[in-house]
Parts: sequence; structure tokens; C-alpha cells
Amino acid sequence: MSILDPAGPAARDIAALWWVMLTGSVLILALVTVLTALSFRKRAQVPDEARLERTWILGMGLGFSMAVLAALLAYGIATGARLTAPVADAVEVTAEASLEGWTFGYPGDAARGQTADVLHIPAGQDVVVSITTRDVIHSFWVPRLAGKIDAIPGHVNTLTIRADLPGTYQGVSAEYSGPGYLDRRFEVRALDPADWQAFLSGEMP
Amino acid sequence: MTALKRHRRLEAIWASEKGFRGWFSTVSHSDLGRMFLFTSFFYFGVAGILAMLIRAQLATPHSAWASEEVYAQLFTMHGTIMMFLFAIPAIEGMAVYLIPKMLGTRDLAYPRLTAYGFWCYAFGGAMMLSSLALGLAPDGGWFMYPPLSGGIHAPGINTDFWLIGITFVEISAICAAVELCVSILKYRAPGMSLDKMPIFAWYILVTALMILTGFPPLILGSILLELERAFGLPFFQADLGGDSLLWQHLFWLFGHPEVYIIFLPAAGILSTVIPVMARTTLLGYGWIVASIVALAFLSFGLWVHHMFTTGIPHMGVAFFSAASTLVAVPTAVQVFAWIGTMWKGRPDLRLPMLHILGFFFTFVIGGLTGVMVAIVPFDWQVHDTAFITAHLHYVLFGGFVFPILAGVYYWLPLVTGCRRFFKLGESAFVLTFLGFHGTFLAMHVLGLLGQRRRIHTYDADAGWTAINLIASIASFIMAIGLALALIDIIIHLFVAVRGKRSPWGAGTLEWATMSPPPSYNFASLPHITSREPYSDTPTLPSDLARGTGYLGDPQGDRRETLMVDIASGRPEALAVYPSNTTLPIRMAAVTGVFFLSLLLKVYWLTPFAVIAVAAFAVRWAWSLGATRDAGPQLIGRDMQVPLAIETEKPPGWWGSAFLLVANATFFGSLLFGYAFLWSIAPGWPPPEWLTFSILEVAIGIGAALAAPVLIRVANARVNASRPATPASAATLGTIVLLAVCLVSLILRAPSPTEHAYGATLLVLGSYGLFHAVLTGIMLAFVIVRMRRGYVSAARSGEPAIARLWVDYTAGAGTLCLLVAHVPAWLT
Repeated sequence: MSILDPAGPAARDIAALWWVMLTGSVLILALVTVLTALSFRKRAQVPDEARLERTWILGMGLGFSMAVLAALLAYGIATGARLTAPVADAVEVTAEASLEGWTFGYPGDAARGQTADVLHIPAGQDVVVSITTRDVIHSFWVPRLAGKIDAIPGHVNTLTIRADLPGTYQGVSAEYSGPGYLDRRFEVRALDPADWQAFLSGEMP
Repeated sequence: MTALKRHRRLEAIWASEKGFRGWFSTVSHSDLGRMFLFTSFFYFGVAGILAMLIRAQLATPHSAWASEEVYAQLFTMHGTIMMFLFAIPAIEGMAVYLIPKMLGTRDLAYPRLTAYGFWCYAFGGAMMLSSLALGLAPDGGWFMYPPLSGGIHAPGINTDFWLIGITFVEISAICAAVELCVSILKYRAPGMSLDKMPIFAWYILVTALMILTGFPPLILGSILLELERAFGLPFFQADLGGDSLLWQHLFWLFGHPEVYIIFLPAAGILSTVIPVMARTTLLGYGWIVASIVALAFLSFGLWVHHMFTTGIPHMGVAFFSAASTLVAVPTAVQVFAWIGTMWKGRPDLRLPMLHILGFFFTFVIGGLTGVMVAIVPFDWQVHDTAFITAHLHYVLFGGFVFPILAGVYYWLPLVTGCRRFFKLGESAFVLTFLGFHGTFLAMHVLGLLGQRRRIHTYDADAGWTAINLIASIASFIMAIGLALALIDIIIHLFVAVRGKRSPWGAGTLEWATMSPPPSYNFASLPHITSREPYSDTPTLPSDLARGTGYLGDPQGDRRETLMVDIASGRPEALAVYPSNTTLPIRMAAVTGVFFLSLLLKVYWLTPFAVIAVAAFAVRWAWSLGATRDAGPQLIGRDMQVPLAIETEKPPGWWGSAFLLVANATFFGSLLFGYAFLWSIAPGWPPPEWLTFSILEVAIGIGAALAAPVLIRVANARVNASRPATPASAATLGTIVLLAVCLVSLILRAPSPTEHAYGATLLVLGSYGLFHAVLTGIMLAFVIVRMRRGYVSAARSGEPAIARLWVDYTAGAGTLCLLVAHVPAWLT
């Protein structure tokens, strides 16, 4: 369930973003702490007010903060744009949330029926999940694969996920939905190409 | 007159009634400020206990401490009480107590309104608390998202307690905000121009304006959701043309400014206390004022950052992401100005300073994680996890609780006139600080490891057990620290060791009087020539007690203070306050009956409660004014000014103007909701449109255009000392005509329960109609007052107030008719 143990490109990008931001934050916190502590030291002369204003307000308050924030914002928007960019040749699946559980639908439904609480996807391929809900608001979240997106009545949201390797990934509904919230979970099973074909043709349950 | 005689004379005029009865009839800002603070800290204790129950439940996996249902009530009420019954009222209490003293005046603009606001808070809070005692507390999370909070999925009374109780409590926030705006702008010591105001007043002014523009969207949302729950108007039901996202927009349009509404006054405490602790003046006063104003504007542009996971297109969220990071800039300006102030002076590590250091460390972490979650992709991962819970506690505890404790310890010697005896405060701080960071640093990690917020338990194999246990143990250490601080303060209140005046050596006016301050604050009002008058004139307290300032000679039994020009602080008028009365508590009680009738669904009682509230309001207004002109008044220092009721814009005019700002925001939110449903909600177009009626539009808008003209004719005739009754009655006639058109709109609109379109038209029409009725009552009131001699060319304020409301109603009524008809006509 850890977002720091990514198993797909979207989650990996976000984990990298986290480590960058954590490093920067620790440095800034250390800077502010040291500056605050230094104000307690004994000083011979009282500094000149205009100069203090330039240093602290223009330099630190405006200059420093805007430079850091602008860089971070650019990085964040670029990452976000990459993660929401339309993908070619994606497998399209649907996810419908409800208080009773999740229902997943697949391309070529004729052969392949819907599945409950287990989403099957091909490993190593982009999968676009179209997400909605039958009742209250839920959220589709598989922490090791990607961020979350809400399932909102009357709206369809999409999320691109991709698992690098075959395996099972835990997912949860991540918007409080009343009694039973704890157990509103599902699984994502990433299959290798042969298993995926077998799954689509209905040979695999 | 000697200083002692003057003191006795003023005490006789200003004192509240002695004993128990005085609590109910007091209108003194000092009394009510303390009552606000006591009550809010009581709720801090209640919500704190709920938090301890939450942490006890999460300490171990599969804990059977609280059932899932009870747990849902615990976390919902913890958030709700902390936000609405602790944080906002604590700020109001601080401001109500301190602002007049800091501004060198004797009370706030509307003493009875202060009391009414307090009692609405007390009764509304009791309503919320009773839900907890009955086990029927709200349980949908403090932001109450529909459809989970709608009638289908939450049919119980729990959600109604939230919607109705919170709306009741918010009356007190709106009252306090109107009053603080007018007080800060118009009720200051003479000579105190805006740039000489204590910085705290700037913070409170901006906060009050933010309350006026931030709370109306939530009040609207609560009304719409209650209408849906009680009467089936489907504003948030997707299959009937509503949209649950509308609630999220309205809620966060309030909810994000709310964070700054809580933070700004706390920052005001910091900007006041840090320079005193560092024995210097604030660095960059002008920059700080600019950054407060910038924060206020920016904070309204980032509500969508609570909705990054709702599927809004990426370009849209990128804009709000930019706004959300930009808001860190004015905050950084303030933080670095404070550190610069400490560099400029020589800071002392006294108890308030300890809490300020606690603030620095905690709030900076909260700000940094805040920037992290403003970065959209990262928010997709941590949204609705324990990481967010941890982040918001860093912001609110760091940005509010530490500063307010610094403020409490800083001003306590002023309130009690005593100094601290047992030094529990230092140990309390250390425990609180360590406990806090132990709890919430750990919760960041839990969020990263995938622990959702609001789950009532977890599996042992999730890997969260040890961290949760650490967080829970640390939270109990924090609770012990806070309890110690509370005990320290209570001991301080009862174990009196006389302290000296102004123990910190501060330069602002609140220290330039006795401690504890007398009921009248200042025996005479100072003339201000600098930002720190007490530092410049160390003899100021005795000078004022000797009556060298303004209004040093009380006239009769009048409670007197001065109104000043907004920018320059030049004295403009002499305001006379009403004295002790139980009218506010009685009016708050009937207001409570109104809300209770809605909560318990005894709707037959509702109209009677409304009539009772209106009757009280009329009585309230009737008690003001006079039937003859008093002429110019001597105010000391060889100056003369008119009475406030003999100016063009009496206090009531200013209050109405600011109330209309809140009202216009409410109406704006309603129009936003209409446009939002129309353009975004699934399930449009509606099955049936309103049929266009040229007659309704033409008569309605014609009346709305005529009303402002006619009321101006009436105003002009009043000013020329000519009979104005016919013109006023004609205005009333046009308002009645407008009301008729709005009733016709309501009756002809498609069924409000079948589609959100009809429901929205009903609410729009009702809004216009409500204002028409209200303005009609005001005009009738003014006509009666004219006939009874309360209005003259000098005393022309009441018709001027009526004009404000006529103009607003005409504008709102026109807009209601247009937005209802124009789309119907086009389709």
C-alpha cells in the first residue's frame, strides 16, 4: 500500500516528486530554524532598519520564496501534464463503485463478463480506467500504481494506470463513504500477455 | 473632577449588573470577550477529548474501543467543534476583548449585537453538544459531502444537527465580523489614522472582511442541503439535475478562506507579541499590511485545491495549483519579517516567546507540506490519507494553537492584573510541543504508507501498528501538556499576586489603563500621534485618568465614545451606546426556537418564531434615536462634533453596508450555483422550462427601477425638512409590486422537487421575496418613525439606511427576475 514502493510509471514519478520535495523541505526547515536561533545571539550593534527590510522581506520573503516556488510549480505542472496526457493504444476498462463494492468492465464485453472487486489489466501496458459510481462518492486508488481519482455520481473520470510487472496490487476506496468504509477495497491483477488474452476470451475466471 | 471621582462616575455609567444576572444583561465587550474565550476553550477541551478517543481507538489494530458508528461521530464532531465552536469563536473573543482597548475607545460599535452574537453561539453550540450527548451527532465527516449526507443515504437527524446548528452558530461569526469592521474603521481614538493602527487591528479588519465574504457560501450550501433533505429539492442529486460537486465548491469556497480566517488573527498576535518580546518595533509594517491583504485575495482563489481528485481538467487544476503555491509568498513575507524583527531586537525567552518558537517550527513544517499538497500529482497520492490529517494539524496547531497560547499568556496579566505564580507553563509547553510532533510527524508517514483518513481500524499486517502506537502515546503526552497549561491559567485566575502595569513594556494602548481594565476602558480618550503611543508618553495612563483626553467629563448617564473619519482618524461624531439589557439574549432565544423548529421539523412553529424575531428586531431599532435635535456636543480639547444619530451616516448605516457585503456574497454564491448546475451538472436541460412572462418581468423590473428613485425623493425631502411620508409610502408601494412579481415567479416555476432547475428558481424567487418583505418592513418602520418625530433634516439616518436596503433589494430583485426569465425566453 505504500506510495514509496511504486510499481508503475505514474506512482514512480510521484514518488520521485516526493523525495525531491522532502529534501528541499528539510533544507528550508533547517535554514529557518538556524536563522531563528541566530536571532538570540549577542550582538554589538543594532542593524540598520532599511537594510534589514531589504534582506528579510525583499530578499527572503519575496525573492527566495518565489524562486523556490516557481521552480517547484513548474516541475509539478510538468509531471501532472505528463500523467494526464492522452495515451495511444491504451487498454480501456471501466470501474463502477458502489456501497456494495466495485464492478469492472472490459473491452469486448461479449466474451468477457464483468468482474467484482478484482480489476484485471495487462502488465506493461497503459490502461485507461473510466470511473463512476452508482450511489455516493468513492475514490479509485491503487497506491503502488498511481494517484487517486474520485468516482462522482453523474460524472465519469479517467485515470491512466500501468503496472510494470505482473502481480497483484491492493486498491481501496479513498473517500469516506459511511459504515463499511474500511472494507471497500479491491485488487488489481496485472497479467502477462498470454494470461491477459486468456482472461479476455473468458477462459480465466 | 479628580481621577478617583471620574472613575466612580464612569463606573456607575458603564458597569454591568452585579453577579449572576449581569451575565445575561451585559453588553460590555470586556465581559463578552471573556465569555467568548471561556466558552471556546470549553469546546477546545471537548473536542480534545474526542481526539483522545480517536487516538485510543487507532492505537492498536482491531481495537474494539469504539464501534464504527461511534467512531464516525467522533471524527466528525472533533473537526466540527474545533473549527466552528473553538477556533472561530476564540478569535472573536480575542478581538472583541482587545480591539476597543487597542484602538483607545470604550466599546465596539454595537454592544447589543456583540451580546446577541455570543448568545447565538452559546445556544447553537449547546445544540451541537446535545447531539453528541444523545448519540445522534453528525457522522459524515466535517465537510459533509453529499450524497453521503443527503436524505437517501443519511436519513437520520444527525446531519440536520450539523446543517442547522452550524448555521445558527455562524450568525455569531457574521455579527462579530460586521461589528469588527465598523469598529475598526469608525471607532478609534482621535488622531489614529489607518497607518497608525496597531498591526493587530489590520489583521482583524481583513479577517472580518474575509468572514463576510467567506461564510455566505457555506450558509447557502447548508440551506440548500437542508432543503434537499427536508423537502426533496434535488440540488445535489445527479439524476434530478443536481450535482454533488456543487456542495464541494460551496463548501471549499468557504473552507479555504476559513483556514486563513483562523490563521490571520493568530498571525496578528505574533506580529504584536514578537516585537515586544524582542524589545523593538515590527519590521516592515507596510509590507505586512500588504501581505495580509494579498493573502485575503489569494485565499479566495484556491478552494479547488481541495478538489484536485475530482476530475477537473488538468489545465484548470494547474491554475489553482499555481494560486495555492503563490499564497505561500505573503506567508513567507510575514515569517521572514518576524525573524527579521527578532534580528533587529534582542529577543527574550519568556513564556509567550516559547510558544512563538513552537509556532515557527511547527507552522513552517505545515507550510512546507502545504506546498507539497498544492503540487497536484502529489496530492493525487496523499489526498484523503493520514498525510493530509497530519498536514492540516501542523497548520492549525502551529498556526493557531501555539500563537493563541502565546497571546493568552501575553495578555493574561492585562485581564487579571496579576502575575504568574506557579510556573507550570514552561513544562506544559515542552510536553505539548514534544507530544504534538510525536503524534503528527508519525501520521505523515502513515499517510505515505497508505493509511486512509477516517478508517476506524486497520489490519495488523498493514505495517502501521508501531507508528500508530507511537502517535497515540505522543498524543496523550500532548493532552497532558495542554491540560497543564489550562490548569496553569486557571490557577492564575484564582491565585492572585498583584502584578505591575504593563509587565512586558509594550507600547500599545491596551496597556495604558488599569489592569484589570475598568468597564469604560479609558477615563478619557487619548489623542494619537504615533503607532506606539504608550512608549512615546510613559505618563499616558495617568494623563488619561486625569481626564486630559477626549470625553473626560461624562454627561448624564450616557455611555459615550467617538466616531472618527476612516482614513485620518479625525473625530466626526459622538456615539451614545445603549446600556445593559436582556434584549440580546431573549432575541437569541427566539432565534434558537426558529432553528429548533426546523431541526425537529415542527414547521407550524417556524412562522411564529420568525415573527417573534422580527418583533424583537423592531424593538431593538426603535430604542435608538431621539425626537429632538441635540446640536453640536463638546467632546473636550475644545472640539465640537454632532451626535452620531445626527450625521448622514449613523452607526446603523455602516452596519447595514457591511452586512450587505455578506448578503451580496450569498446572492453571488447562489447565482454561481445556478450557473454551475446549468453548465456542469448531468441531467440538464430540465424536462420543463419556466414560461416567459413579459408582464411579470416588465412590472417587476419597472418597480425595481422606480423604488430607488422614489426613496431618493423621500431622502431629499427629509433633508429639506419637508414631509416625506408620501414619497416613502410610494417606495413601499413599488416594493410591494416587486414582491407580487416574485410571488408570481415562485408560483409559476416548474415543480421544485422534480428537477434542480425548478428548485433553484424557487430559492432565487424566495431570496428576492425575502428581501422585498424585509425592505417593506423597514420602510413601514421609517414611515411610523417619521410620523412620531424621530426623523428630521439632522436626524436623517434612518431613511438613509432604508435607501441602502431599497437599492439592494431593487438590484437583487431585478437580477432574480432576469436570470429566471432570460434563459426561459431564449430556449
